Amino acid sequence: MKLREVAEVTQAEVLTGRELLEREVDKGCGADLLSDVLSVVEENFLLVTGMVTLQAVRVAEVMNAAAVLIVRGKRPLEPVIAYAEEAGIPLLATQKGMFETCGLLYSRGLRPTRFRRVSEYAG
Amino acid sequence: MSPGAIADVGAVSTQIRRILRELGVEPEVVRRVGIICFEGETNIAIFTKGGRITLMVWDDRVELFFADNGPGIEDLELVRRPGYSTAPDWARELGFGAGMGIPNMEKNADTFVLRSRPGKGTAIRATVWRKGNERQGSSAGPGA
Amino acid sequence: MNAREVARVLGLEPLAFPHPEAEVGGGFCSDLLSRAMAEASPGDAWITYQRHLNVVAVAKLKELSLVILARGPEPEPEVAARAEEEGVNLLRSDDGMFELAGRLYALLAGDPETHPAERG
Repeated sequence: MKLREVAEVTQAEVLTGRELLEREVDKGCGADLLSDVLSVVEENFLLVTGMVTLQAVRVAEVMNAAAVLIVRGKRPLEPVIAYAEEAGIPLLATQKGMFETCGLLYSRGLRPTRFRRVSEYAG
Repeated sequence: MSPGAIADVGAVSTQIRRILRELGVEPEVVRRVGIICFEGETNIAIFTKGGRITLMVWDDRVELFFADNGPGIEDLELVRRPGYSTAPDWARELGFGAGMGIPNMEKNADTFVLRSRPGKGTAIRATVWRKGNERQGSSAGPGA
Repeated sequence: MNAREVARVLGLEPLAFPHPEAEVGGGFCSDLLSRAMAEASPGDAWITYQRHLNVVAVAKLKELSLVILARGPEPEPEVAARAEEEGVNLLRSDDGMFELAGRLYALLAGDPETHPAERG
């Protein structure tokens, strides 16, 4: 699915990365808890989150995510948007909640990311 | 520790990521080092009043050292157990403290050494081997 | 659709399941207790990575139909015990939030095409 379609399906506003809307995203990951994003074993995924913090963008950057979609009509502060712009991370924002956003994207064929299994961790 | 420092979490990881990319370090190594560093700096921000993160890049490996003078870790076995967390509620409400930090650092490192003394602080060395130099192994024990 | 049916289709593992007949009116996702307190609606199935004991209290207060713990570590035993005590349906899954939300959304919308668990 192209980022352009992600924005259309979720009626999202594109905050940064307008020139990157033809980028393909393969998978989706929904989370507010950033440690869960840090256990994704794939790259080039769409991070769907209710977090508007700088850390959410930085997690996406470290994980080589394709883009961040912020839900629930939250709008990040200007420094966060500026950071995403500079880091080359497309930032989208939708009024819809996490449940509906994931539901709509899933029904349009966006598949879930794979995670490192918990049983793989030492314990 | 106050919620203030948490705003900077990820700043070191993303900076390290840029440095490693500029040095031409393999993307998979960059990603693993980035994850380890993110978890490490999160712990420092939540549990201590500050610490030091040192990056060393070698031909055959990348090493990260974390050192802090924080409260230390009481139970080194528990902290390695997925889901175990002593993070305060404010950290959880910011999306941290799910109890996967140490396990995730350990999993992404080829060699992981954790030393901690309650009341004194914690030191961690995480090594990620480059190109076919992978070597498994980790240890966690008291004292340092 | 009731909680038992949702659990069956999504392949959820019950940790505490005192009210399988509870009607699931919708879905809600968040890992933040404060958001769930503020935004979840009565009857919602709450999908979360959060395993804090207070998840049970929020589910009870907000009269949610069930809590689905998305993939992650086993919750502490007292979480399930508290859920049983408080009459809160608490189930877990090996799937992540995105997948659970996607499949539950389709299920509640009556779309049979997107229920992987129901296929062969």
